[in-house]
Amino acid sequence: MARGVLRQLHTPKQWAALSAVALVLLVWVPIQNLAVPEGAPAHLPNYLIPLFGKFLCFVLLAIAMDLIWGYTGILSLGQTVFFALGGYAMGMYLMRSIGTEGVYRSELPDFMVFLDWKELPWFWRPFDSFGFAAVAALALPGLFAFVFGYLAFRSRIRGVYLSIITQALTYAMMLLMFRNNTGFGGNNGLTDFKRVLGYPLSEQPTKVALYALSGGAVLLGYLLCRYVVTSKLGRVLLAIRDQEGRVTFAGYNPVTYKLFVWTLAAVLSGLAGALYVPQVGIINPSELQPANAIEIAIWCAVGGRGTLFGAAIGAVTINGLKSFLTNAYPDAWLFVLGGLFVVVTLFFPAGIVGILRSLRRPNSKDSGAGDGTSLPAPAVEPAIAEVAHAAASEPEPAARQAS
Amino acid sequence: MSEQVTGEQLVPAIPPPATPVPPPMGHAMLWVDDVTVSFDGFRALNHLSLVLDPGELRCIIGANGAGKTTMMDVITGKTRPDSGRVFMDGSSVELTKLSEHEIARRGVGRKFQRPTVFEQLTTFENLELACRANKGVFASLFARLSGEQRERIEHALTTIGLQAQRETRSGLLSHGQKQWLEIGMLLVQDPKVMLIDEPVAGMTHQEIERTAELLIGLAGKHTVVVVEHDMEFVRRLARTVTVLHEGRVLFEGSMDEVQNHPAVIEVYLGS
Repeated sequence: MARGVLRQLHTPKQWAALSAVALVLLVWVPIQNLAVPEGAPAHLPNYLIPLFGKFLCFVLLAIAMDLIWGYTGILSLGQTVFFALGGYAMGMYLMRSIGTEGVYRSELPDFMVFLDWKELPWFWRPFDSFGFAAVAALALPGLFAFVFGYLAFRSRIRGVYLSIITQALTYAMMLLMFRNNTGFGGNNGLTDFKRVLGYPLSEQPTKVALYALSGGAVLLGYLLCRYVVTSKLGRVLLAIRDQEGRVTFAGYNPVTYKLFVWTLAAVLSGLAGALYVPQVGIINPSELQPANAIEIAIWCAVGGRGTLFGAAIGAVTINGLKSFLTNAYPDAWLFVLGGLFVVVTLFFPAGIVGILRSLRRPNSKDSGAGDGTSLPAPAVEPAIAEVAHAAASEPEPAARQAS
Repeated sequence: MSEQVTGEQLVPAIPPPATPVPPPMGHAMLWVDDVTVSFDGFRALNHLSLVLDPGELRCIIGANGAGKTTMMDVITGKTRPDSGRVFMDGSSVELTKLSEHEIARRGVGRKFQRPTVFEQLTTFENLELACRANKGVFASLFARLSGEQRERIEHALTTIGLQAQRETRSGLLSHGQKQWLEIGMLLVQDPKVMLIDEPVAGMTHQEIERTAELLIGLAGKHTVVVVEHDMEFVRRLARTVTVLHEGRVLFEGSMDEVQNHPAVIEVYLGS
């Protein structure tokens, strides 16, 4: 059974590659940073650890995005909502664990003192507990996604309409979080964290531990998603993406299938958010800017949709480029990002993964069509296809010979 | 509350059927009862009634807009009728109140006029998806093909002659092969009722002959409804033929009777 599952997920060669990646992420990087003395040429600079950790959180976010966009055809521009929900849940715990060491030396978080609040709002109380915050970071996005998804998918909202609604959702959430009286720190968000579970966030071992946790979360999240897409359920998802109308006549209810991956993706995004916040030290409404949600889609498109690891490659490539360019040429970044998106969409629809595949097999014409799951969804919108089908079914040639 | 409510009054009177079409005698596989569908005032189906026996092979013909496709849409739940009901296999559940996937799970399979296969999946995977199984989310997540299902798929692959293309992405199949694949998907779905819309469009003579043999072989085990324009093909199937016209049944009988019926001739050849 277990061997069957292993074989379902990857070939032995792929497992070897994946293990190598895991080894580098979880063993080599921590050793190079912690065990190699500072100043030695092999030492990995301290500032890189939280940066890598941040990238790993984005990778998890991108994998979740690929699950719902690349495989199921739902272009969600609301993934940052789930990311932020997870982030705020963890941020609330981190705020509470500051204790009285804030600027105002109060029991209350600084922003509440600043707003002249006298006591902790009721919904903050349970976040004194790390366990509650950790569960909430997964459950809140999951629950919210489930309810939202149920309503949207049941009403058969698809394609660009779903994208627009999720985009509006992100925007609404951003406005809500910007307000001071919502109770989440308003404009400034939650910040000035001191420790997590008693470990000081400013110390390097804590940072490495958080980084390693993020790496573990990425690996587990990837394997989970990989299991989903290589199961029969994954093939139903592809079928829904390409021919939703037809799937129902085979006896599948697309609503429940979409709801499942949608909720799963939201939970993974929430996890990414919860790991992100202690490493960057802040969560505020700017995470909910509409542009951020679109950027996640660009990671997937550039990396290559419908492969999972393409999304990971895209997230690392673009964020690496971003880190470099926003330092070196701050004004150029948005142009590069936009240009990259246009070039990839026009010339490399299968993304970086597609380019790599066509390099490996220079003779094959279709870049990245190899395993049948890597091509982006056909350009024809399901709605249009349905109309075309209806149109094609009516003009029947009159019976050629009745007598 | 001055009126006394008696037990008798609580039992609602059963409304008489709108049309004098009697309920089917004995055990009908499919009973379309007085169905009307209008699109913007145009009556696509006009009090259509139809009874199909278990194991029957029925051909349905009719000119443009006679309501053939609409009828299939109503049976499969794609279109909700304005009035009328559809029953299946002696059950009192009205199909017209179920959603498409529920109707499919009850055993109604459909082959579309234009072949619609899942183009990103291989031939085998298409058959796997169609294959009779528990089709809930979690069942699919942990699904493993049983020996019986594998056999059913292999058998269908042989029947439709696509063994060599089993690992081919179905989007790369020819038009005729897609037609066959869709028929194969019906086979593995193993429905009680098969609705088949123009199965031989775009097929060669040889393929048409094979299709006819296949459909005749299926009848008996399944109730098969074929919508077709190719009169030679309909004659080849040689079963009861129903002629639809303007959303209702114009005539029902053997092919010879149909071809000699004055009303049918008038509809087809014009006055």
